[in-house]
Amino acid sequence: MIPLNWYLILGAVLFLIGVLGFFLKRNIIALLLFVEIMLNAVNLTFVAFSSRHGEISGQVFVFFVLVVAAAEAAVGLALVIAMFRNRESLNVDRSNLLRW
Amino acid sequence: MIEYITRAEFVMLMVKIVMIFGGVMGALAYLTWLERKMMARIQMRPGPTRVGPYGLLQPIADGLKFLFKEDVIPTQANKFLYIAAPVISLIPALLSFSVIPFGPNLQVTDLNVGLLFIFAITSLGVYGIVLGGWASNSKYPLMGAMRSSAQMISYELSLTLSVIGVLMIANTLSLSQIVASQNSTWFGVIPRWNIFLQPIAFIVYVISAIAETNRLPFDLAESEQELVAGWHTEYSSLKFAMFMLSEYANMITVSALATIMFLGGWSGPMFGPDWLQMILPTVWFVLKISLFIFAYVLIRSTVPRFRYDQLMRFGWKVLLPLSLANIVVTSFVVAIS
Amino acid sequence: MIEILFFFFAALAIGAAINVLVQKHVLYGALSLILMLTAVSALFILLRADFLAVIQVIVYAGAIMVLFVFVIMLLNLPVDEDGPDRLRWLKFLGIPLGLFFLFLVVATLSNVEGGAAAQARITGDAEAIGRSLFTDYLLPFEITSLLILIALMGAVVFAKKDL
Repeated sequence: MIPLNWYLILGAVLFLIGVLGFFLKRNIIALLLFVEIMLNAVNLTFVAFSSRHGEISGQVFVFFVLVVAAAEAAVGLALVIAMFRNRESLNVDRSNLLRW
Repeated sequence: MIEYITRAEFVMLMVKIVMIFGGVMGALAYLTWLERKMMARIQMRPGPTRVGPYGLLQPIADGLKFLFKEDVIPTQANKFLYIAAPVISLIPALLSFSVIPFGPNLQVTDLNVGLLFIFAITSLGVYGIVLGGWASNSKYPLMGAMRSSAQMISYELSLTLSVIGVLMIANTLSLSQIVASQNSTWFGVIPRWNIFLQPIAFIVYVISAIAETNRLPFDLAESEQELVAGWHTEYSSLKFAMFMLSEYANMITVSALATIMFLGGWSGPMFGPDWLQMILPTVWFVLKISLFIFAYVLIRSTVPRFRYDQLMRFGWKVLLPLSLANIVVTSFVVAIS
Repeated sequence: MIEILFFFFAALAIGAAINVLVQKHVLYGALSLILMLTAVSALFILLRADFLAVIQVIVYAGAIMVLFVFVIMLLNLPVDEDGPDRLRWLKFLGIPLGLFFLFLVVATLSNVEGGAAAQARITGDAEAIGRSLFTDYLLPFEITSLLILIALMGAVVFAKKDL
């Protein structure tokens, strides 16, 4: 039997890798990929808790997180395409017109 | 660990895997022969006749030819993805055979989400095509790959939705239980197959399956007259053979799924002595799959090709609403009765 | 036996996630993410959530990531996205601090009271999730359908060439 803490630590490490990549990368599509990593880490934690307490609500909530991730990926990529048409670059540093 | 390996169930599992895998690979090889012979006869020419009687050794000759051909990798191609793409295409195609029941006890594993497992695995097969086309670094493969993968993910929707009616009737996602629920008869003579209960779903499923496996009339992505050879233009020798194998394996998988869902799988009249009754379910199953394979080859030889926008329009505007309407009507009827 | 499986898939997930970080070309990053998603799906199966595992492969690895791969191939940019090197001295500070943070996280989470399995074992099959979705969580279920409709309209509007 695998203790719960191992799943929680794994989820936390994956979330940390997602956050780290989100800070370090400059490509917009890579940022969206790291958001997906973070959401997945959260899903893993939900399912681990659901298995520990015997409640099915954890898995139902993962269902909703999955739906939201799909919607967000679709709209995010559409925005990326629109941005790319405007400035021919996927670097977030180029989108700084609102800076002081 | 050692005592697990020597236990009887593990040995039985290995025997089943070897039997099913061997049978499937043999069937794949001779499927190419069947297709060439049948297409040739429909076009009033003899087909392969030289290598062995009726050309029966032709697949072996083809295999040897593929082995000995020169393995070309284009210079500007993306080496890792170029070599990985046929493998990514072949593994899901063969993996889906692990949940298909070939007989009452002849299933490698009986997952209780077996149907969804097959859909998950076939949706991973899209990557082989996309990466193969992109890694070849040439315009025909890229266009063919984009078109083909867009077509596959569009028709996956109507494919998955069309079997939900069957799910509602059988009340389970496990493939062996779906087959077992069709094992009886009405009035003693008409078998309780789902094709009589879900005719529209059957038609939608068959059309989506032909589109999903990139066969004529939906094969604009790999047609010879339009796109040289689509996404596998730059591939040669064994990698090309792997793409071909994965295409035929996908064909057999969707045909097997169609017989399990709609034609009752391995169920059929049982007669004869004991040893015959052991292999009779598998014989019925193979016969029903051959029905679909014949239909595939027949349709390929006779029907002209769809244009790409007609193809996409048909998938999204005709098949998808039809399968959704089928779900609504079926759920109504199941709730009432 | 089950520990070996857990460690294998956990190592695969972490390795694939780090590979997304390390790769320069974002297409290789997307492919590593697909590997990570299937590894996490295998971990779901170990947690007896088999319906969710298969749904994750179908939806995440089979549809969302295809979308990502399409867009990356569509906007086919060469790899030259090097920003200004502001992170020069941060790299020396970042790694020790990062390792310390990792140690903090692991130490905190090791003290969670993780016991054996629960008294009532759940079966993560479609019936249990469906029953819960249509009775307890019916309103969020209907709202997610609205959410998908909005996302669909938004994606079409944003990606059109001319409105």
